Parts: sequence; C-alpha cells; structure tokens
Amino acid sequence: MYRIGEKPYPTKIMRDKLYELILRGERLDGRGPYQYRPLELKTAIIEKADGSAMVNLGGTKIIAGVKTALGQPYPDTPDQANIVVNAELLPLASSFFEPGPPDEKAIELARVVDRCIRESKMLELEKLVYIPGRSVLVIYIDVYVLDYDGNYFDPAVLASVAALATAKTPLYEVKNGEVVLNPDIRPSLPIRKVPVSVTIGLLGDKILVDPTSLEESAIDTSIVIGWSDEDEMAAIQKNLQGLIQLSVMDEIIRVSREKSIELRTKLMEAIGRVGAPL
Amino acid sequence: MLEKVEHRLITEDGRRIDGRALDEMRPVRIEAGVLDRSDGSAYIEMGKTKIYAAVYGPKEAHPRHLAQPHKAILNCRYHMAAFSVEGRKAPGMTRREIELSKVIREALESIVILEEFPRSAIDIFIEVIQADAGTRTAGLTAASLALADAGIPILDLCAGIAVGKVEGRIVLDPSEEEDKRGEADMPVAMAPRLGSIVLLQLNGRMTSSEFTEALNLAKKGIGVLYELQRKALGKKFATFTPAGEE
Repeated sequence: MYRIGEKPYPTKIMRDKLYELILRGERLDGRGPYQYRPLELKTAIIEKADGSAMVNLGGTKIIAGVKTALGQPYPDTPDQANIVVNAELLPLASSFFEPGPPDEKAIELARVVDRCIRESKMLELEKLVYIPGRSVLVIYIDVYVLDYDGNYFDPAVLASVAALATAKTPLYEVKNGEVVLNPDIRPSLPIRKVPVSVTIGLLGDKILVDPTSLEESAIDTSIVIGWSDEDEMAAIQKNLQGLIQLSVMDEIIRVSREKSIELRTKLMEAIGRVGAPL
Repeated sequence: MLEKVEHRLITEDGRRIDGRALDEMRPVRIEAGVLDRSDGSAYIEMGKTKIYAAVYGPKEAHPRHLAQPHKAILNCRYHMAAFSVEGRKAPGMTRREIELSKVIREALESIVILEEFPRSAIDIFIEVIQADAGTRTAGLTAASLALADAGIPILDLCAGIAVGKVEGRIVLDPSEEEDKRGEADMPVAMAPRLGSIVLLQLNGRMTSSEFTEALNLAKKGIGVLYELQRKALGKKFATFTPAGEE
C-alpha cells in the first residue's frame, strides 16, 4: 500500500534523492538551487515571419514566431490591437507529447504566455488602432516546443517577447476612411515593457529554479511568476498538483524577482536594447 | 487611463460601488448534498455567482489505459452555462474553461487521498449557472465540499476566493465590474488546516508588498468560507457536529 501523497517507487526514490541533494544546496546536473541552465537566444531566424526567436534553455528548445494582419478589435476593447497566442507541444519534442489539437497543457502554456504579455502591458496596443471599433492590427504569436527537457514556460515567454521586440511589421495608414498598406516602411512594434517569467519547483519547503523534466517528474509542485519589470508581477500560475506551504511564499517571490532581473538583462542583450525599455 | 473612467470604483471613505468595505466579501450561501443522483454534490452562491458541483466515483477508470496502479485518477470539468454571462456563451468548452478545469483539478488532487483507490477514477463536474466574477474559486470551494459530501477521504477541505487590485487598493472578492476595470485579479485557494496554497493565479500587475497584502486578505476570506463549508456538511449529516460547535 502507498501512503498518503506517496509517489510510485521510482519517482519516490528520485524525490528523496533530489531532496537530499537540495538540502546540501546541490542538484543532479551540478547546478545550485537558484541557478538557471545556460540560456541562448537568437532572433530573426525565420525570414517569412514578421518577428521570430529561438531559445535554448539547457535541453529545452522553443521557437516563437510573430505574424500580423488587419482585423476587427474585440467588442470589449474597440481601441486596442488584438493579441492571439497559440502554443503547440510538438510530438517531436518529447515522447510525452502526442499529435493532435492543443491539449490542456498546451492551452495553459499559451494562456500563461498571453497573460505575461498582455497584463504586463508590454505592447502599446492603443497605438495599433486604425479605425476604432473597426480596424486594428492583429498580432499572432505562435509558440512551438521543439525539444523538451522541462520548464517550457520561461523559454516560451523569452522567445515570444524577443520575437515581438524585434518584429518588423507592415505599416497601415488611414486614407479617405480606408486602411491601406504603406509598402515602403516596416516599423517595429511599440514596446513599453519587457516581461519575463520565472518557473520555480518546490520540494517541501525547498525551492529549485528552472526544473528539468526529470526534476519536474519528482517535485511536489511548481509555480510560474511573470514580472513586467523589476518591481511588478503581471502573472502567476501555480502549475502541477501539490501544495505550496504558505510559509515559503515570501522566499518564492524574492527569488523569482531576483531571477527575473537576471533573465531580463540577458533578453535585452539579445534583442539589442540596453537599459530600461521605453 | 484613470481619467477616462466616468465614476470611481472606490469612494473617498473607502467604500466600493456596491457599498462593501475593501475587505468585505459578497453574501455567501453554501449547501451540501443538493443533487440526488451524484455521489456527492454542493451548491454555492457568492453574490450573483451561482454554481453547482457534483462528484461521481470512485469508479472504474475509462479508458482503461488511463488507470494508475497506485492511485485514483481525478477528472474535472469546469463549465459555464450558455446563459451564465452577458450575451450568450457558446455551449462548448472554451480555452479558458479547459485551463480552469486543469488548475481546479490540480488543486483538488492536492487534497484528495487518491492512494485509497488504485486503478479507479473520480469525476468532478462544476457547472456555473451564473457568472459574476470569482467563478473558479467558488467552483473549487463547491467541488471540495462535494468531495467531502461523497465521503471521499481528503486531507482537508479547500476553499478559494479572489482578491483584486482596484484603483491602487487591495480588495477582497472583486465584483465583475471591479474585475474588468481593476488593475489585477488574483484567485487564491488554500487548504487551511494544512497551511498551504492549492491554487494561485494572477492576472494583472502587483508589487511584492501588494501581493503579500492580497494573500493575507485572501487567507481571511478563505477562513470564513471554510467555516461555512463545515457548517454545510454539519447540516447535511445531522449526527456530525464540527468541533467547536454546540
């Protein structure tokens, strides 16, 4: 018989091992508890997209592409451009992923990326309205997980934000009440903030940042926190089953804030912006 | 953005548009055992939000390959009725409903003692018949009560409530208008006896100190809901008297 909350034996052995290591400040791949895996970020890799980025975070590889089109605004936001985020956990990325329409995990990923971008007010969506209530820019962000070794949230946000920040989109103008394309210029999107997310795994009251897929299989639960800048969070998603002890919450926020600053610095280097965006 | 707003959401003396104080929740009604066919059920009202939850199981897991040798699997469907919102909602499952079903299921998986029922399944259905903000947390509160009503062993009941940031102030249990026009909405659910969070999301911007304030406010509201859950159970099982009550 299994005791309450106990995992299958291979997982339980792994959990106990991870916990034993983390008590000494160590992890299986040699990282410290608060250390990210090596991050690589390349932009403008898909010529046919308006913007694109590829992110490698350790063994997790994610590509994001941005396309834009003219469209109608949502009825509740007639004076804002639309953002549409879609994410796919491709079957080539892992034996855990299966072909087919986005499942609940892919939908959750897309909605968390959407929340980080939308709630941080990253884009000045008001500036991309041509005729209020009738014609606005629709920004499609498509995220594909190509290789999966844990934590798809953070690289998906990094890739999406990098793709948006480096995108060159068609310029539309209003002439005689008609929205027409100006073929001569492709401006950048108006950027206000550079959001990043930080994923934290929990083993009891111990924190481990950026869990690998092996760690994800054994941790008690995890939480993703999106930061719009150094001081403000824009999105949170507790993810996976399991309890977060209230007493660890302060530490989670403190560590995620610290890590978000580190990630944003790397992201800004990759997208060629130094200092605060504005 | 604030200049555009015609009327303020919070008055000078710290009252909200519906007259509530910042830390005051809407009137709540919680009942257990309201649907006869299910193994356990519950009903909750929070202001105009009205939700049924029902539990079926433990029963055989379908399809079979989903069965787990060491524990039960939990299925959860959070769904909103077509007439529950302004306008008409398409009756199928939206992406939002699929995401919320997942986070609610994960919250419940943290409290149900699934190891008691190897190879079986427990189905939880949450039907929002009227939505007026705070539906995921109210749905989870009802679902956890329905599980207890079904006699399924749980480590603790869990209850949830949203906290919001409205015109720079942290408020408990935002109304639909506060949710739409406010700066942030944070649904939180806890298992009070375990001192733990089972569900946590944030939509909108908050600083660390605002977050801490919001979490403490949520804890207060959850304490009230938890007592109401226990009372509802006590009412249904007349022979059961919650500790500390006559």
